[in-house]
Amino acid sequence: MSQTSNSLKKRKKDLTFWQKIYIPEIAKGLALTFKNMVRPKFTMEYPEEKFIPPPSYRGRPVLVLEETGEERCVACGLCSRVCPALAIEVQAAETEREKERYPEKFEINMLRCIFCGLCEEVCPEEAIVMSKDYELAFTNREDAIYGKDKLLTPVSQLEDRIEFLRKYK
Amino acid sequence: MSITEIIIISLIKIVIVLGITLITVAYLVYFERKIAAWAQNRIGPNRVGWQGILQPFADVFKLLLKEDIVPERANRIVHAIAPMIALFVAFTTYAVIPIGPNVNIFGYDISLVVADVNMGVLYVLALTSLGVYAITFAGWSSGSKYSLLGGIRSSAQMISYEISMGFSIGGVLLLAESLRPIDIVNSQTNLWNAIVQPIGFITFVVSAFAETNRLPFDLPEAEPELVGGFHTEYSSMKFAGFFLAEYANMVIASAMIVTLYLGGWHLPFEQSLGLSGIWLTVAQIASFFVKMGAMLFFFIWVRWSIPRFRYDQLMNLGWKVMFPLSLINIIWVAAIIMIFN
Ligand code: SF4
Ligand code: SF4
Repeated sequence: MSQTSNSLKKRKKDLTFWQKIYIPEIAKGLALTFKNMVRPKFTMEYPEEKFIPPPSYRGRPVLVLEETGEERCVACGLCSRVCPALAIEVQAAETEREKERYPEKFEINMLRCIFCGLCEEVCPEEAIVMSKDYELAFTNREDAIYGKDKLLTPVSQLEDRIEFLRKYK
Repeated sequence: MSITEIIIISLIKIVIVLGITLITVAYLVYFERKIAAWAQNRIGPNRVGWQGILQPFADVFKLLLKEDIVPERANRIVHAIAPMIALFVAFTTYAVIPIGPNVNIFGYDISLVVADVNMGVLYVLALTSLGVYAITFAGWSSGSKYSLLGGIRSSAQMISYEISMGFSIGGVLLLAESLRPIDIVNSQTNLWNAIVQPIGFITFVVSAFAETNRLPFDLPEAEPELVGGFHTEYSSMKFAGFFLAEYANMVIASAMIVTLYLGGWHLPFEQSLGLSGIWLTVAQIASFFVKMGAMLFFFIWVRWSIPRFRYDQLMNLGWKVMFPLSLINIIWVAAIIMIFN
């Protein structure tokens, strides 16, 4: 152990003469920064140019809306149970349709959500998934509680993520 | 020239020099941010005006609108005086730096320097050492440990590097046989001092970095350990005063390096260019500013390349390396004078 740490550490006496007088090393450092000054820039000019995240990105959780206009959620409440931040509130109700249960009220408090993705992982119906939406800003606390109106998202917009989940989950 | 004419001409020069200085300082801040961004593969400020060109004014407005906070335990009077000293020192130093040869305007023979004093170099040295007071006062009067540590470091650092700076200038003075900046520039018409005495040039540049508290010697304001160093407790325009003074000092340091070592306004091979009268003067003034700009770029470039020295390393470098080197330089210059005379 001490052997390796000793051999890794460069002591002053191990430096060559040219390293000791600093100047060539400083020149090398300056050359490196100069090279970087003329290289292409990484900056993305945000409001004009938006970052499109890869499917593995965990943006805000949304509910999946089928093409038929029905929601997938069966209001089992598992997501609400698992949520470490206690951000989800589900209230179940019954319908006449084939899937007998649906959430009468589904709210995610975006001030509490920590984007952990556990709700998505636990959902038996693949009904709640993480979207690519990262632009979350509110002017008051009420606005931060997202109801079904904001959460329901057509499945066509979420295909990337669902495919990713099927592959890796 | 009558006395009123002299006063009017001097006042005009002062206004021009102050104007140029303030604009240079404002844009220096802008270029510092731009170059920092480029060195880090970023774009830098580009929102205020075309390519962010109005950014410095936005910065100043922001600082003006901030609340001016004075800590409870501060010594109010000294706390207020410190940034004034810093600004005073920074702006009065420009008085003796010549930007070009004498010109003839409306029949007056005007030298392009506010005050053509025959001990200009000494004046600059004296004033820049006064700058230590600003920082020490600021550190002491804030009543905060970070500020005090910053102030103490700064005085120790400035005193150590002033010595090697003084000795490096010694070499220049030996060659020019004068303390007058214009004479020093004229002594380099054919050969710049940076070529004649490279060691002195290097020691002077390094000391200039230490004197202006620029990285790699910015220990008085080392952010990771001292919050903001001596100006931790300053806000609003008082902070802006220190900020301006720091950049103004950088401009002075560059102007001094150009005057003392890079031939001032002289162009290389200017006689062979075949320019006449007024055009030669214009080219010379332009060359002064180009050299100064290059030095300023170098200052910023170094800041974004080299990490900060540790305090003991700084003192070692100052006393055990720079000081002996500047002495060697004096001997070297003396030997050259002996051989060629
Ligand atoms: S992502 Fe995590 S914190 Fe957010 S709602 Fe789902 S489980 Fe709760
Ligand atoms: S989103 Fe999924 S886990 Fe949550 S209540 Fe609906 S079906 Fe159950």
